[in-house]
Amino acid sequence: MAVAKSVKLVPDFSLSPRIDQVGVEERASRFTKRSIKNETKMNGLKLVLNMIDLTTLEGKDTDGKVKQLCYKAMHPHDAIPGIPTVAAVCVYPTMVKVAKKALEGSGIKVASVATAFPSGQATRDIKIRDTKYAVAQGADEVDMVISRGKFHAGEYNFVFDEIAAIKEACGEARLKVILETGELGTYDKVRRASDIAMHAGADFIKTSTGKIQPAATMPVTLVMLEAIRDFYYKTGKMIGMKPAGGISKSKLALHYLVMLKEVLGEDWLSNEWFRFGASSLANDVLMQIVKGETGLYQSANYFSVD
Amino acid sequence: MFSELRRGSILINRIRNDEVCDTTGDEQSYNRRVNKKIMAVKTKKAVAKKSNTIKLKFDTSWTYAPAPESKSAATINKQYDLFIDGKWQQPLSKKYFGTINPANEEKLSEVADANAADVDKAVKAARSAYDKVWKKMPAKERAKYIFRIARMVQEKARELAIIETLDGGKPIRESRDFDVPTAANHFFYYAGWADKLEYAFPNRRTEPLGVAGQIIPWNFPLLMAAWKIAPALATGNTVVLKPAETTPLTALKLAEIIQEADLPPGVVNILTGAGATGAAIVNHPDINKIAFTGSTEVGKIIQRAIAGTNKKVTLELGGKAANIIFEDAPIDQAVEGVINGIFFNQGHVCCAGSRLYVQESVAKEVVRKLKDRLESLIVGDPLDKNTDIGAINSKAQLETIKKYISIGKKEGAEMYESSCHLPGKGFFCRPTLFTNVAQSNRIAQEEIFGPVLSVLTFRTDDEVIEKANNSPYGLSAGVWTDKGSKIFNMTKRMRAGVVWANTFNKFDPTSPFGGYKESGFGREGGLHGLAAYVSIV
Repeated sequence: MAVAKSVKLVPDFSLSPRIDQVGVEERASRFTKRSIKNETKMNGLKLVLNMIDLTTLEGKDTDGKVKQLCYKAMHPHDAIPGIPTVAAVCVYPTMVKVAKKALEGSGIKVASVATAFPSGQATRDIKIRDTKYAVAQGADEVDMVISRGKFHAGEYNFVFDEIAAIKEACGEARLKVILETGELGTYDKVRRASDIAMHAGADFIKTSTGKIQPAATMPVTLVMLEAIRDFYYKTGKMIGMKPAGGISKSKLALHYLVMLKEVLGEDWLSNEWFRFGASSLANDVLMQIVKGETGLYQSANYFSVD
Repeated sequence: MFSELRRGSILINRIRNDEVCDTTGDEQSYNRRVNKKIMAVKTKKAVAKKSNTIKLKFDTSWTYAPAPESKSAATINKQYDLFIDGKWQQPLSKKYFGTINPANEEKLSEVADANAADVDKAVKAARSAYDKVWKKMPAKERAKYIFRIARMVQEKARELAIIETLDGGKPIRESRDFDVPTAANHFFYYAGWADKLEYAFPNRRTEPLGVAGQIIPWNFPLLMAAWKIAPALATGNTVVLKPAETTPLTALKLAEIIQEADLPPGVVNILTGAGATGAAIVNHPDINKIAFTGSTEVGKIIQRAIAGTNKKVTLELGGKAANIIFEDAPIDQAVEGVINGIFFNQGHVCCAGSRLYVQESVAKEVVRKLKDRLESLIVGDPLDKNTDIGAINSKAQLETIKKYISIGKKEGAEMYESSCHLPGKGFFCRPTLFTNVAQSNRIAQEEIFGPVLSVLTFRTDDEVIEKANNSPYGLSAGVWTDKGSKIFNMTKRMRAGVVWANTFNKFDPTSPFGGYKESGFGREGGLHGLAAYVSIV
């Protein structure tokens, strides 16, 4: 009896809505036709900056590097007053403690990748411990990767349960689920993976690790935003979105913002519900903001490289 | 496996019961203010919120600043004469009439009102150019002129787009990205055919018809001129063309281009005027071919007028296209396609997908998504680069659309319109849709030619084919399904000249376009478009 009842509650993910490739790419390109100027551009750029998860995920990361990045997160460009901070700093679990301390009192979140990032090729036990460690170190947000191999093998229940288990391990921390869309192959599968992640308890869905090409693209993000909208309609629960990797120019970031505005609307237009996973985007945005304030483009040398 | 499923399921249950956010505005702004307790566990009361009361808010705090295209990039004369025999000639009628910008009702220019004597003059010029020059010219030389026109349309693309938008009210995004480039493509395409007609009609010899009288509508003024002029010239005919009275300016700009391209005088003559001018062209005894795009009503008059004469005719008339969404369709892309299908060019499209048939199992979802999408359409100044829906072409057309909206309401259909703000001046109409429409309603049967969509539902394939074909028109149709075999089954049984599958309103010079039944006959575009301008000997 109990079994029958619970079976009914999980949707059959193989029936997730289909996506027409031509149609979704056409729609995504429409967002790039919006003309973003003057105060719209300045407000948009500040919003973008405030949505960035400033990221360093390298084997050669050290305490020093992370501290520098955290300073940048809090003070993106002090030469101009009124510039917002970024949303979060995203690091490996071993760097969480350093970042947490460096960002103390700033309101900037510490996000930690976990679950054997970026491949996710580890046992569930290891993934749970990885997650718990990151949370114990002080991570406010956990960016997990799904088991793409199991997903491709059609073992949706495995993927679902794994996300659910990591969600449990997260406790109060918000969970971002990385689909690694570059490895999924089709928009149909991006949509299916999004549905699994949201139903299993994701607070955010995220495109990519940044280690695989292609990373975030506008059509992939559109498919995920529409999945979020459908889930919201069904459940009333808002899910956040994080495109990551491949967004390094302000113009492209503004196109993403246009897409967000026109697909999900006002409620999602803050860093509580939308993030950019990026490392080099911040400086391009800053350069554009300074151009807007002073009327002049400045040399890249005026912006700190961290 | 089963036990794993259960674990996941129980968790889902917990999420649904405990963590469903309350979606009232207060709660959400509260959520935003208190940033730290992000996934606060809500009380069980929150679940009581019905999902159909949830709404997305598209009136966002981050708005687009005006981004108008600059008018100064276009030159419009104060007054235009008639373009006859390669020269600008004052009308024998001595009359002129004004053309306005439908977005602000300001006068843009004055154009000549050609009478029967002017038409006669133009036809004589066209006849003499046909006999003395154009018919005899080697085909590859003809092609060079058409290629030249195509390139000049491209060179002046920005100016043409601005004028098209000023005179007709369509958004600059469309005139820039669709009308002008597609017009240039038509000239390029048919220029290529000019010296290859023996391959278009293998083992047959073709001859041009002579003088073609061409009458075009106001919805795609430049593009329709290109559709008409390009194949006529490529096959060796000469032309007398009349643009619509509300949108004459881009055709006159095209006349300037033709003059600059040094086309032999009289090969293309452009006469402005209203219905009487059109009638004079249709009734002129020395015209060999009438090509008309416009309303079914006028099409019938033309058909009657030429009965018993030797004139060949092609008519591209009205439509009431069925756009069909099956339950297995990619819904979000289908919704987008439906939006483009009906709101493209304010719905002033003869092949607009104005009758939407949705399979009942997905009807609720589709309608909800259509309404959302309606809210995110930007209605306003056509010259603004961010405008999705511009001005209705004329006051008369706006009246017609309003009349149908009130008919729809009286018929008991449920109306929904975008909550957008409309400009104070000019002719504007909110994008509108009707649900609960019956097949017998006038808004489901008659062509509205505006941004008004009628939504009907169906259950089976046979039912929808019967309903879709149940129309005096048969110009175009659309099918949305993920299943290839269903596409072929549907397209085979649909009585429509063009059937789009998983897309809508796609045009290409290589693809023939034209209708069945009261949508007219003859094809324009592609190989078929050549056949309408030659006699095969």
